[in-house]
Amino acid sequence: MSLPVRVGTLLVAFLAVVGGAIFVVIHFLLAGPPVIDFTAGGSGPGKQVNIVLQEDPQNTVSTKPDWVSYFIQDPKTKQWVHTTLFKVPAGATINVTVLGYDGCTPARNQFFGKVTGTIGGTETIDGKTVRAVDTWKTCSVGHTFSIPGIGLNVPMGSPTTIAENNALCTDSPCTSGPKATMKFSFHAPKTSGNYFWQCRIPCGGGFVTGFGGPMQTIGFMTGNMEVTS
Amino acid sequence: MAAESQPAGAGPGRPAGPSHGMRIFVLWLVVSVAADLLIGLVLGPHLPPGTMSSAAHDEQDAILWMALASAPVVAFVLIYFGYALVVWRHREGDDEDGPALHGHARIQTAWIAGTSVIVLALAVFGTVELIDSHGAGAGEGPAPIWKPPGHVSLASWTPGSPVVVQVIAQQWRFTYRYPQFGGFETYQLVLPENQWVQFDVTSLDVIHSFWAYQLGVKADANPNVNNVAYTKPTQLGRFTVRCAELCGLWHGAMFNYGSVVAPARFQSWAAATKSFMADVTSFLPAYATTYDPTVIPAFRSGPVMKKLGLTSAGGGYYPPQDPVQP
Repeated sequence: MSLPVRVGTLLVAFLAVVGGAIFVVIHFLLAGPPVIDFTAGGSGPGKQVNIVLQEDPQNTVSTKPDWVSYFIQDPKTKQWVHTTLFKVPAGATINVTVLGYDGCTPARNQFFGKVTGTIGGTETIDGKTVRAVDTWKTCSVGHTFSIPGIGLNVPMGSPTTIAENNALCTDSPCTSGPKATMKFSFHAPKTSGNYFWQCRIPCGGGFVTGFGGPMQTIGFMTGNMEVTS
Repeated sequence: MAAESQPAGAGPGRPAGPSHGMRIFVLWLVVSVAADLLIGLVLGPHLPPGTMSSAAHDEQDAILWMALASAPVVAFVLIYFGYALVVWRHREGDDEDGPALHGHARIQTAWIAGTSVIVLALAVFGTVELIDSHGAGAGEGPAPIWKPPGHVSLASWTPGSPVVVQVIAQQWRFTYRYPQFGGFETYQLVLPENQWVQFDVTSLDVIHSFWAYQLGVKADANPNVNNVAYTKPTQLGRFTVRCAELCGLWHGAMFNYGSVVAPARFQSWAAATKSFMADVTSFLPAYATTYDPTVIPAFRSGPVMKKLGLTSAGGGYYPPQDPVQP
């Protein structure tokens, strides 16, 4: 093999490796779900932000159709987006509405049935104000919405009857089917930063302790709240 | 170390040279004394993890003594190395072989004896430290060998007896249960000053590790295991709690801050928290050293649970084929 051919081969191989590495970085490492922006209108204590989420028993819009997942409604288009990343203004009052389409799962730790970190220390589930939910007694909790960095933990209600639990929505994002509706408010931190959030109910079915799969994948049952000032 | 120690010294047919051994000894003595003075007087008070508790203080002392003891050893190695580089280096035009190396019974014996004494002394020192500091802040398992003084009652707490705090780890948050105050559970870790604390550490899912850094406490949190660790906070203030066992996506965010307060303030905090948490405390299982989320007692289960056939929390513990995941 002549020298030019050998040099050319080496060059092509080198470029292929570099190209592959760039592809992996861009396609897998830097790629992620979109961030839904709720910062329009600025920040400050008087600012009110309304966020609407839904949690589904499956996820037919991804390559993991049997994974439970949260969705966020884009405030501009009103379309449901398969993501768990959102951005809020610092110091604002965040009003959250969650449509709970998923069925119930008992908590591993009943303590997470306690509502903490919300304004008033309460939430409403289908219009009823609650401070704590017994996830074992009633089996009426599907997930939680928890931001440990600000002490927020809110149990998410679920359809409470046998018939409803056997007739859950099957297409994501859900637009029909039995559901529970939760409402609560909390204050965003006054300084900018990133605050991860997670579900504390072991809903990663088929994974060790129910906390694998969707529970540890951003875009499904855990995500990030970015606070900007 | 069985080598002849005077490669350039006096020998048959050689002129008498400098006493390398004495030079090295003097250098070593000066550097060692200086290093130990620096370590003891300057660095010592700042050694981790500080002096916020009895365990932390003992750990700092142990690290200090280890540093004082090891500094002369390190100094000897470095000085010998440097001396050899400078004095015994190859010189231009000198192609003569070095002197032959022979065994030296006294040096060999001294080396073996010296290292044996060091190892045995460290073993004795370590054991004494474990006893003196009641386990030195490490998890001793469910049946601790070294316990602090005082009777532990789970029914109530009185100043002077150990406070029991159950550390419950779960992905990705530590929660704390106080059985002597009605068994409430909370995110806050508050401890009384100058009182022994008994940490009962367990997990509800995977393996975590409870690491209260400034308290000098580090105990693995294993599912279905009660790992007991002791300490006595001796300073008011805040300390950091981190998970020290890689436990999943948000392991790095599994931390919180605890605080040491005066006993009277601790009691008022406990009373207020007990009241605030009363609603969820009524849902909690009875206090136990471990919990099995795979079993929900039938009497705790409501009609929907029964009709759905649910008898456990989701997930379960590690399956027999662990660590294989679906």
